[in-house]
Formats: sequence, C-alpha cells, structure tokens
Amino acid sequence: MDLAKRWRQKPAYYRLEGQRHRTSGEVRFPPQPPRVGESVEEWEAYPLQGTGEIYSFAGVRAAATEYEAQTPYLVALVRLDEGLLVSAQLTDCDEAELQIGQRVEMVTRRMSDTGPDGLLVYAYKFRPVLR
Amino acid sequence: MPSMPSGAASWYWDKVMNMQPVYIVSSAATPVAENYHSSLRDLAAAAFHAALKGLPTALDPQRIGMLYVASAMNSILERQTELGALLATTFGVVGIPALTVEASGASGGVALHQAHLAIASGAADLVAVVGVEKVTDRLDADIEAARATSIDSEFEAELGLTLTSQWALLMRRYMHEYGYAADAFAPFPINAHANAASNAGALYRFGINADKYRKATQIASPLNMLDTSTAADGAAVVLLASEPVARELGAAHIRLAGGAIATDALPLAARRDLLWLAAAERSSRVAMQQAQVRHADVQVLDVTDPHGIVAAMALEACGFVERGTAPRHAADGGITPQGSTPLATAGGYKARGDVGGASGVYQIVELVRQLQGTAGAAQVANARVALAQCLGGVGSTAATHILIRD
Repeated sequence: MDLAKRWRQKPAYYRLEGQRHRTSGEVRFPPQPPRVGESVEEWEAYPLQGTGEIYSFAGVRAAATEYEAQTPYLVALVRLDEGLLVSAQLTDCDEAELQIGQRVEMVTRRMSDTGPDGLLVYAYKFRPVLR
Repeated sequence: MPSMPSGAASWYWDKVMNMQPVYIVSSAATPVAENYHSSLRDLAAAAFHAALKGLPTALDPQRIGMLYVASAMNSILERQTELGALLATTFGVVGIPALTVEASGASGGVALHQAHLAIASGAADLVAVVGVEKVTDRLDADIEAARATSIDSEFEAELGLTLTSQWALLMRRYMHEYGYAADAFAPFPINAHANAASNAGALYRFGINADKYRKATQIASPLNMLDTSTAADGAAVVLLASEPVARELGAAHIRLAGGAIATDALPLAARRDLLWLAAAERSSRVAMQQAQVRHADVQVLDVTDPHGIVAAMALEACGFVERGTAPRHAADGGITPQGSTPLATAGGYKARGDVGGASGVYQIVELVRQLQGTAGAAQVANARVALAQCLGGVGSTAATHILIRD
C-alpha cells in the first residue's frame, strides 16, 4: 500500500471531499490540479453530500490481486445529487435487488486488509438509502 | 481534393497531404496461446523471423531504420523495461533506434502510427513494429491488476474497479437506455468463435451458440464468460516501407493509407456521454479522411472486441451504424464475413485470444490476410479496403488505420 498516496487523498477517500469553483460554483470530484490559466486559490475544498442514484452497476467476480479475496462484490457509477458521477463499490445490498435509478448514500468502509506496512485502508462505498 | 476537415484535424490533414506513401511489406504473428514453453523473447523472435521470411526478396535486417515495440503489460507482469534495446539485441540488430510504445490496449495501433509517421515524414524508409504480450507467467489476479492500470489508478482501480467491470457498467447502462437484454450481445462472440475455427493461430477454435451464451458463468455481470476475452501470449510483427523500398522488395501491394490516434477522458466519471467512444470516433474520422475512403468503401474491419458491448460501441462511434442499433445489426448478420461490416474475421479478442498491447499489430496481420485473399473460410469476398481500430483502457486511447490493396 502506498502510504503517502493514501494520506494525500484522505479528504477525498474518507469524506468524499471534492472542489468547488469560487466564482462559477462548478463542483468536481476527485480534486484536480487547476486548469490552464487558473490559480490554485480559485478552487475551494467542498465536501459532497454523498447522496445520489445508481447510474449503472456491475458484479465483480474476477478481481485484481488486492481485492481477490473479497469477490464477488459490486461496483457502480453513481450520479450524485450535485450532478457529477463517481465510481465506487456498493455495499449492504444484493445484486438481484438493485436497479438503475435507485437512491444510494455514501458510507466510509474498510477497503482491504492491512497490507505489508500494516495500514488500514478506508474509503467511501455506497449503499441503498435506508428507509 | 476532398473537403478539409475542421479544427484539430485540419492541421493533421495539411501535414498528411505532404506525406510519403507507406506500404505494409510483410506481417506475421505467432499463434495466440497459453504458451508456457516460450518467453517474451522467444515469441517476438519467432514473429520477427516469420515476417522477414514472408518478404518476396531477402532483406538484411540491419537496414531496418527504426524498431517500435508495443506492449501494454510487460513492464508490470514480466518486470522488464527497455524492450526496444532488448528486442534489438534478440533480433541481432543492435545499434538501430528502438523504443517501446505504451498506450494500454492501444499500444499496437499507436506504435503502428509512429512507424507510419516515421516513414511518411522521410525519417526512415523501413520500420519494424513488434507487438508482444507475455501474460501466462502470472496468475489471473495479477493479470487483472495489470489490466486495471489502464483505468484511473486512484479513483477507479484503487477502489476495486477493473477494466472488465468498467465495460460491464457501460453494457448495463446501454441495455437500460436502448432496451436490450444481455443476450442481445451474443451475436458478437458467436461470430468471433465461428470465424476463429478457420484461424490456425486462434486460442479458441470452437463454435458457441446463443444457448451456451445464456447459461455462461458471470464474470462481471452483466458480462459473462462467453462474452469476455481471455488474456494469452503472443507476438506479431509488421514491416513497413516507403514506396521505393517496397518496390525494391517486390512488396508494394498493401498501402497503409490512413492512420490516426485520439484520446478521451480516462476516468469514466469524467465523460459527458458515457455511451459514446469519442476517441474511436475522432481517430476513425481522421484516418478515413486521410485515406479518402467513405464508410461504404470499407469491406472488412477489426475492432477491439473483448466483449460484445465494445464492438457495438466501436461500430457506432466509427459511424457504421446508428447509436443504439449495433446489437440489432449484429443479430441481422451484419458482422459476419458476408455482412456489411464483417468483424473479428480471425476470431477477434474473444476467440483469437486477447493479446493486450499486441492486439493492434495482430489486427494488421489478420487484415493483410483478408486483403491478400488468404483468410480461408472467413474470407470477405474481394476485400480491398480494411479498417483496424484498437482501444486502450475503456476507449481512452484509440488508434485507427486504413489498409488498401492497390
């Protein structure tokens, strides 16, 4: 696991923190470098609400090394209420009960077991909105 | 003179009109297989020797002015970089300029484009392009991890998404928007498997049917095992030459008449229209303009088709069928060797085997057979104009080439 890389992205991984443009109000995620002609100050940190609906979903049965032990698991593209898309895992649900358009909310979950450097890796997943 | 395209393509166009013609003088590939007995060097050498042998006139390999090596996963799976120098050594041509080109699954097409430019600009008059992938030294999860390096490493792969699951997301959305069931995509792998039966170098030389497709195990639902390619080992070589050298070698028959590469936003979430492969569209438009061919002129195609959804989206983006209609077109027989847009005539990624970054070079080898009329049972009658397109990642890079038999 890449310690510094994880640490650097903590606000995005832990609380879905994106950026908002101070003048235009444009919201984006994940945080990105300023575009040509912009200064870093034009974008402020902006935590997203973490609610939205499923744009599409898929069940993963052949995973990469890091996630192999967790198969099968679900992934999705979620259309957030702020209008943008985010890719993430789904949790606390069965594939058979899912559908496109379903309301989901963000939760912080442990992503994988401690690696060689003993780091607990947390990030966002989405689950169907509890009623 | 045909009308000028606008925007970025117009600059390209100006340059292209002054370029020298480029010929494909020889091409060869190893069978695609789980080849535990061969190393990356063995495979590349076998393809290189076969390509030299395929020339009508003997050629001193020292005359090769440039060697481009395409590989998507080698540096990760085999932990070997600097394939240019390594393969120049293996081929006995140490000293020539050689380098690796990497653009994930589009590596082969992007390397071919570099070769095209090198000759067309006059910088070289004989160039070798080698596509090579050696994957079976590693286990499946390592291969899946290597493939996932072509999607966003921080906000897709890191969170558990894979390249296959990204295509699965697009497939489910496509089904939702255009009203298809998953088995509407069955004609793509069925056609690929039927065609592979007559390709001695294909990984899977057996037919499948719609019933087997429906019953196949899920890999990344809605994608099942019979709609998902298998990564395997292979190497392919294409030799390109300027017109004078091609004539000297007695091999000025197949012209690389157009070629272009283009890019799209790499993270899926950053795209405005997820069901449209913008790089595929742009690169095919520029390549066809260069070659001065229209859609109706193209008689045979080879596109990136690890899953039916990819072939469907490529056909639509390249303008051969309307948006949302590719599965119906395939069901009507449009993609068979007798159809209007024959696909995967050598088996495609699905049945020939998925050779990763070498795919774009394999496509050329297979289309050259079509243009020479030696493609066996999957031969497209009187094929003279062919289109090859390979994609990297989820279509974030696209390379398209037009081949014409003069």
